[in-house]
Amino acid sequence: MINKTLAVVISLVLISSAALAVSLNGAGATFPYPIYVKWNKIFADKTGTQVNYQGIGSGGGIRQFTAKITDFGGSDAPMTEKQMSAAGGDVLHIPTVMGAVAVSYNLPGVSGLKLDPETLGRIFLGRIKKWDDPAIAALNPGIDLPGKNITIAHRSDGSGTTHIFTSYLAKVSTAWASQVGAGSAVSWPTGIGGKGNAGVAGVIKGNEGALGYVELSYAISNDLPVVSLKNRSGRFVKPSIESTTAAADGALSSSKLAKQIAAGDFRLDLTNAPGQNAYPIVGLTWLLVRSSLDGEKGAALKNYLKWALSDGQKYAASLLYAPLPDSMSDKVMKLINSIDTNI
Amino acid sequence: MIREIKERCFLAAVFFSAALAVLPLIAVLGYVFVKGIGALDLNFFTQLPAPVGDPGGGMANAMVGTFILVGIACLVGLPVGIFGGIWLAQYGSGKRGFIIRYSADVLSSLPSIVIGIFAYVLIVATMKRFSAIAGGFALGIIMIPVVTRTTEEMVKMVPRTLYEAGLALGLPEWRVSLQIVFRTAWNGIFTGVILAVARIMGETAPLIFTAFNTMYWNLRIDQPMASMTVQIYNYAISPFSQWQAKAWAGSLTLVFIILMVTLVVRKYSKRVYYG
Amino acid sequence: MGQGDIWFKGFIFAFAASIPLLLVSLVVVLFFWAWPAIIHFGWSFIFSSAWDPLADNYGALPFIYGTLVSSLIALLIAVPLGLGCAIFISEIYKSKTGEYIALMVELLAAIPSVVYGLWGIFVLAPFSAAYIQPVLGGMFGFLPLFQGPTSGPSLLTGGIILAIMILPTITALSREVLQAVPYSLRESAMALGATRWETFKVAVFGPARSGIIGAIILGLGRALGETMAVTMVIGNRPRVSASLFAPAYSLAAVIANEFAEAVTELNLAVLIELALILLVITIAVNGLARYLVWQTTLKK
Repeated sequence: MINKTLAVVISLVLISSAALAVSLNGAGATFPYPIYVKWNKIFADKTGTQVNYQGIGSGGGIRQFTAKITDFGGSDAPMTEKQMSAAGGDVLHIPTVMGAVAVSYNLPGVSGLKLDPETLGRIFLGRIKKWDDPAIAALNPGIDLPGKNITIAHRSDGSGTTHIFTSYLAKVSTAWASQVGAGSAVSWPTGIGGKGNAGVAGVIKGNEGALGYVELSYAISNDLPVVSLKNRSGRFVKPSIESTTAAADGALSSSKLAKQIAAGDFRLDLTNAPGQNAYPIVGLTWLLVRSSLDGEKGAALKNYLKWALSDGQKYAASLLYAPLPDSMSDKVMKLINSIDTNI
Repeated sequence: MIREIKERCFLAAVFFSAALAVLPLIAVLGYVFVKGIGALDLNFFTQLPAPVGDPGGGMANAMVGTFILVGIACLVGLPVGIFGGIWLAQYGSGKRGFIIRYSADVLSSLPSIVIGIFAYVLIVATMKRFSAIAGGFALGIIMIPVVTRTTEEMVKMVPRTLYEAGLALGLPEWRVSLQIVFRTAWNGIFTGVILAVARIMGETAPLIFTAFNTMYWNLRIDQPMASMTVQIYNYAISPFSQWQAKAWAGSLTLVFIILMVTLVVRKYSKRVYYG
Repeated sequence: MGQGDIWFKGFIFAFAASIPLLLVSLVVVLFFWAWPAIIHFGWSFIFSSAWDPLADNYGALPFIYGTLVSSLIALLIAVPLGLGCAIFISEIYKSKTGEYIALMVELLAAIPSVVYGLWGIFVLAPFSAAYIQPVLGGMFGFLPLFQGPTSGPSLLTGGIILAIMILPTITALSREVLQAVPYSLRESAMALGATRWETFKVAVFGPARSGIIGAIILGLGRALGETMAVTMVIGNRPRVSASLFAPAYSLAAVIANEFAEAVTELNLAVLIELALILLVITIAVNGLARYLVWQTTLKK
């Protein structure tokens, strides 16, 4: 039996190695996995280049990319300077699509809940414990809030979603910034941890009185109600593809981000952006590539990135991602074109 | 009178336990069946994974990948498990045997992700890429304790007289071991092998960082290899109901394969033991 | 012994010896990776409840606690059920039906862990919060263990899912132990007019006791290392809490959750050190099991 298995394995290897197209492997963030699968399929049908991406988590993606086990990485949280130098320094962050992080809740009979940043921060710090707290009631006149305990649902695994959400909280709440901070994984003052967006959605669904944050697509697919958040213009905005794009437009108008972009650095923080219709908790997801790539593989990867930033963008909305604003994708394209593939 | 009451309580408690023990099986299996059956069709067994929104789509590459990974695992796990088991049965009564048995037991209760980390450090980090070899190696290690212990038990069950008869015929000990004892015990060992295979077919954690996964056909064992469990995991954590349905269909298929294997082997092994 | 025999013996011994070698190299690899955490925190790591990835401050206590308590809950549920089931099969109902029940319970072991986890999230956790916890709270609410707000994902739910998963181990092994008790003992008790309960108590349970304890401890070993299903229902909160209804965390679950996303070197080292702690617990538990099983064989 062992001999037979061996014979089969060997013959399979021989057969398949005969016809091998250019193949690229990448790993990282789970959030953009659905759109990358879509792109990869269409790109493979068009060009024969097989791009394989697996959602193993942003941190894992960065580690595998640093160790040169994968050809490219994927992350929802930008690499730090330290991580970039550990990876050899020549790392480019190529933004691909944007997403919004929704604050969802489970309160039967209650819909259209509104919160402002300060109250949201105090809830997640565990200072506001009940749904009928005066601070929540003041923002929601006309809604009959129950006296239930608030159960916070958060991610148990490290995640880019957490990074975006805590970056926002740290910006709008000094108490959050000093006591907890921003990162892919933080020390949560209170709450239940769910593994992945799906796990958090499960915790929210299964617990009356729960409040948590998930990628917008998970709130939609799980029919979870979402909170309208007060943005910098003082308006309550729901997360959507449109309000995400509005946030990106607003953020890009700031001179600080413009300077960063001009320097070829796309590790942009889009949270709490200005703009009438901007939803405040949005973020980019990036592909991580090296600034010089060699041979057939390098050329193929460059082509893939170009295609993703142009033709690829039109598939984003159907999968509940916001495409990059044109003003940004033009500049990203310049960065991609600067990748050296002739070494 | 009190004896009577005690007796009845005892019987009631025992019946109750047996009934309650069967309940979760029915609950879990029923749930998987109801969730999974709707998404199963022919495409599921013949096509590659499809993006959300595209019609069809299946796990054909992952099914083949799982079988290849199991094949590699057998190449790693079976020689160690079977020869190790024979050694334990025939010579393993002393201190060395104790240490080997103890090691196998500890190995069997380690979380499988830890074994995955080990395979990552040993193979992925040195080869500089994910590969079916690394995934199969991790699964192979997980197989070893099960195969070792079953082989030992089965070889020990071979009557001593058979062994002595072989020696009396003037055969060297090693030929008796292999040709008489091992062959007699093979049916039972085979049972253990199949049970070990059933166990590793359901493993996800040790594969994510070793065999990785792929959405294309790949039969090269030095490249990333798809597997049903990792594909199920990818689909299960996605926000789209189309993919979630595929996760359930995959679970149902996997559970069906494993249950069938277990059932057939149980039936077969009963004949070996008692028939 | 001929030349061939020596070669053969050496050949198969090499394979047998590779098992402890494998274990040792595994420990060495883990130690190497965990080293930064071991020197950074020292022994206080085991007793600290800190878990703050941003400040790079970690402690193992909540995970050790969650692992031990969830496994203990699993035993409290699975031992009576598994033992009862084993008695049913081997003592009371030794027919086809008994065989089928034995088979069905053993099939529980064949279902992949991730499937249990999915079932746990969608079926068991809501059921636990809506029915099991309120009932327990009503009956034993005077104990701190059963106080506080209910929660689907919790230490209790984690224990229950583990109980289901170790039920086959305990049932199958206890059944083997019970069947190994010589029938003559039972027959003599019966001949003296003993009821089935008395027969079991006097003639079966005594000789089988150590073996059953061994089976229980092997079940415990499996519960300690279980990952995917537990992480999906235990709540994943790194805090020691008196209530079983509160979310908790386990060693295997935190490794599975954070290994992929560990950002700093120290964070990674800490997770591997947790794996080492789990390994030590496992070695201890298996040692205890071996000792008890060894005692049984000695008495035979």
